[in-house]
Amino acid sequence: MISADGVHFTYPNGNEVLRGIDLRIDDGEFLAIMGENGAGKTTLIKTFNGLLRPTKGQVFVNEIDTKKTSVASLSRNVGLVFQNPDHQLFCETVRDEVAYSLRNFGYSRDIVERRVKGILETLDLVPYMNSSPFMLSGGERKRVALASVLVWNPQHIVLDEPTIGQDYQQKDRLRNFIVQLNSQGKTVIMVTHDVEFVAECRPRVMLLSRGKIIGDGRADKILTDGRLIDQASLLHPQISLMFSSFNDLPHDVIDVYSAYTIVKKRIRGSRNVIASL
Amino acid sequence: MDPRAKFVVIMAIFVISLIQTNVLALSLILVAQVPLIWIAKSMKRWGASMKGGFLLATLIFIMNFATGSTFTYSIAMTIRFLALLSSFSIFFMTTSPDDLGLALEEAHVPYTLCFTFTTAVRLVPTMATDAQTVVDAQRSRGLELDKGNLLKRIRNYIPILIPLIVSAIRRSVELAEALESRGFGLSVKRQPVTVLRMRKSDYAAILAAVALLMLAAWASIYAQLPIIEIHFELPRLWCIV
Repeated sequence: MISADGVHFTYPNGNEVLRGIDLRIDDGEFLAIMGENGAGKTTLIKTFNGLLRPTKGQVFVNEIDTKKTSVASLSRNVGLVFQNPDHQLFCETVRDEVAYSLRNFGYSRDIVERRVKGILETLDLVPYMNSSPFMLSGGERKRVALASVLVWNPQHIVLDEPTIGQDYQQKDRLRNFIVQLNSQGKTVIMVTHDVEFVAECRPRVMLLSRGKIIGDGRADKILTDGRLIDQASLLHPQISLMFSSFNDLPHDVIDVYSAYTIVKKRIRGSRNVIASL
Repeated sequence: MDPRAKFVVIMAIFVISLIQTNVLALSLILVAQVPLIWIAKSMKRWGASMKGGFLLATLIFIMNFATGSTFTYSIAMTIRFLALLSSFSIFFMTTSPDDLGLALEEAHVPYTLCFTFTTAVRLVPTMATDAQTVVDAQRSRGLELDKGNLLKRIRNYIPILIPLIVSAIRRSVELAEALESRGFGLSVKRQPVTVLRMRKSDYAAILAAVALLMLAAWASIYAQLPIIEIHFELPRLWCIV
């Protein structure tokens, strides 16, 4: 479990980015943290693995106070995948890059080999195993960055803007992968602006605005609350915008698949009515 | 203030600092800059840069004293370093990269060189932010920069430096492409958006700086400034070493 009690964070330049965050993320939850630029999303997730320590309040990871533990210790439980993979790639081969963190954590050679092989197979990176990570495409580098965090099997996985720079196919693969991770009991926390992606994943959604939580709940409730969406400077899901124009259609539809089912039922119903006339 | 006038003032302080070896004179040069910093409303930033130079200042003192210079002379060299650091800090804190570039262009330095210099200065905060992000990313993968012996700690910086250098090279290539797409390097005479103009206050500052420089040069040859001697000797054990 990850919890935050009255967390405030102020950067050295005096900018108070988090202003009293209280939250609780249970094991195995799937959470999307959304909000406008500067809302404090990235700052908040950096408090989960101790990179940033709250200036007031406390963050607990598995009941351990993050102020009293090193980043390396917290990272064993909280794997943070950064937005830009180029900020971490430095090894000569993809295999070495993925193995790097396991070596830091002191795993034995055979465990390192086994785990690296396993994660490379899971993420379809085996063909690039001996390639330089700098020679890969953007999407492939992102998968390498993801592999380098998942390899040590952290309980909580935090993804910072995972869909940036990804085409539709890669986003679809990512969505399936995230859902699969969550179904295996991993806590998945995602920071994103991508409303459509969140609508398709249907996680719990937490909206941040100016360092405070302004909304927290199911995706279909939060993403269809116009006032909250506007306050968080997000785009309304296109489907919910379309459905809200019709009085007799439900207003809590956020994804294409649900919309398709509803519209198909209505069309069938209308046909039956016409046929009976 | 026009950056050219500022530069003349700073160079005057620089030369005066080099001419003088008297502790009192060098201390006066250092202290005399404080009102300038206060006028520029940069006390905090100046303090931070002086704090950053403290380690090097200590090293300068130790190197001078350990190689046979007197205690007073070592103190004088340390104060000289701080005076030089302070003067250049003031210049860069109060001069924007754009003004600096304009001043260099007015001095007929080729535009490509001016642009290279100002872009490098402008990108320093960006690279500092990138460096912090890289450190965060690697720490999140278990890197502990403060653990291990000296050699291990130095090697621990490899995972920081390589992503930073690669990121800087990538940024440079993208910037170059963006610049070329916007006509950079055409052999047409550029029209600057703003033009630097010297005001009476700028000329007055230059005159004052030149006058001070001449006075300092005269004083270093003919004037007898009070000499402050601080006697300090290391214990005999150190002397043997």
